[in-house]
Amino acid sequence: MTARRRTQTRAAWLLLAPFLALFALTFVVPIIAAVGQSFTTIDRAGLFGEDGVTSEFAGFANYARALADSGFVDSVGRMLLFGVVQVPVMIVLCTALALLLESASARWPQFFRGAYFMPYGVPGVIATIMWSFFYVPGLSPLLDITQALGLRIDPLGPEMVLWSIANIVTWTYTGYNMLIVIAQLKAIPTEVYEAARIDGAGPWRLAWSVQLPLIRPALVLTTVFSIIGTLQLFTEPKLLQTVAPSIDTSYTPNLSAYTNAFAFNEYGIAAAQAVLIALAAFVLSYAFLTVTSRTSRRAKR
Amino acid sequence: MTGTVAPPTPAGARAPAAGGRHLDRTPASTVVVTGVLVVVAVYFLVPLYWVVVAATKTTEDLFATNGLWFGGTFHLVENLRMVLTYDGGIFLRWLGNSLLYSGVGGLLATYLAAAGGYALAVYDFRGRNVVFAAVLGGVLVPTTATALPLFLLFSQLGLTNTYWSVLIPSLVSPFGLFLCRVYAQASIDASLLESGRLDGAGELRIFHALALRPMTPVLVTVFLFQAVSIWNNYFLPLIMLGDQDLYPLTLGIENWRAQTDRLPEFYQLTTGGVLVSIVPLVVAVIVLQRYWRGGLTEGAVKA
Repeated sequence: MTARRRTQTRAAWLLLAPFLALFALTFVVPIIAAVGQSFTTIDRAGLFGEDGVTSEFAGFANYARALADSGFVDSVGRMLLFGVVQVPVMIVLCTALALLLESASARWPQFFRGAYFMPYGVPGVIATIMWSFFYVPGLSPLLDITQALGLRIDPLGPEMVLWSIANIVTWTYTGYNMLIVIAQLKAIPTEVYEAARIDGAGPWRLAWSVQLPLIRPALVLTTVFSIIGTLQLFTEPKLLQTVAPSIDTSYTPNLSAYTNAFAFNEYGIAAAQAVLIALAAFVLSYAFLTVTSRTSRRAKR
Repeated sequence: MTGTVAPPTPAGARAPAAGGRHLDRTPASTVVVTGVLVVVAVYFLVPLYWVVVAATKTTEDLFATNGLWFGGTFHLVENLRMVLTYDGGIFLRWLGNSLLYSGVGGLLATYLAAAGGYALAVYDFRGRNVVFAAVLGGVLVPTTATALPLFLLFSQLGLTNTYWSVLIPSLVSPFGLFLCRVYAQASIDASLLESGRLDGAGELRIFHALALRPMTPVLVTVFLFQAVSIWNNYFLPLIMLGDQDLYPLTLGIENWRAQTDRLPEFYQLTTGGVLVSIVPLVVAVIVLQRYWRGGLTEGAVKA
């Protein structure tokens, strides 16, 4: 029996080994390196470091410099604002679409499901290029229409550009999140619907009191992924920079880290910012999961 | 627009289910609901429609005519020829690179996630929970937080600006391992493994010959997730690659678009390139739609 157990344990580790080796190389080691780097300063002797490069322990100096940088702090605030608006809008939209598509009143649900999900197959780079054509005056058919109506809208102006980015993100990911919600809706047993019908529940009541509570895990999952996605916003603002001068090099935390690392060679500060972004992702996801599990326990009581 | 209609999925269980599970259906509510769905569909489809129209135009027409309708000349063939032949056919090279990164990366990542997820689901061994917790933590780490140190690590190893620098990080899918574990737990019968052992098969052989087959639905889902996320990735290749010949499509097309400021003819290349690059993926996403459900249901229910 113990010999058998030993072979099974060996088999388990053998099967896990390739994944774990690559996981260590691409997740664990970089995270440790980033933490290490964030506590290190690099001194370059000579104008370009030609007289040798020395690194030394810097304590929290990099973190202090990262947090003293008003551009970075502003970008964090901007992402919070973005997340507080865009994530709920997208989750409500994807839930509403899923419920509508799964209701008996929807015609051609397969066509609509395909149409909504399709943008997920469009890379963020391509989506941004496509939408930027809608945002640039002179090219955009939408702006032609609003101009004819006498409205002056500048989607790339300093006030609106954040919401123009939010629009691209919503366009790309709503259908994907909708599919996760639909998967969970389909898992609701038929008897539940029968019981609701016998109780005389109408479609609104069915959605609110039966379907929404049962698809809760899917909503929690999609919300957590959306929060993480918001924190790493990069592609859309990076590409819109060329047409929207109001997007500076530290518009999002990630853009800020990228600029520090690759434009200024400030790896220590960039690493500190990367660590702060990861910490924020953990804290926000954890806080959201705690709050939702607490309220669900209360609801069950 | 006919090209975008989803084919009837074999999982056509919807029709009878809808009749049985749902409540009253009135003509009025059908009209209202379908009306709302049409408006939303316009929102999702208009940018794609715009690209199709724009790809038929010359640069002058692109600016001079209404974006939602075709211009005076029909320039689609010329534009596509330009896309495919410009700079010695570099576009085809980018397309091949994208296929390589997401095809090979997706396949290997799926195999590794399947082996790991299966091991965590089937065997009871010390350290199992620690491993699973660590990998789950990996799901929550923003990929961009690891990309920067990964770049520094790879540059020390001399791997930056090679195919490996994009391929190696693409082989790891913590979320895929999570889905595989959940699915294997639900679908793999202990008696199946026992019968394999009685036949004298080793543990690794049992995994490859007996366990992989029942896991097929989740394997397809994990592959699609990983392949699409590699295909769509921009940040990783942006920081890792300098050589245009190694670029995936995303980086290549962005490279063209960045030149439209100075050279307006790049507009034609960009819109044509965008069209060519979205058509295959959009078709694949729609045709394979049902597989996005298969493994996800189990994952989402138990998450």
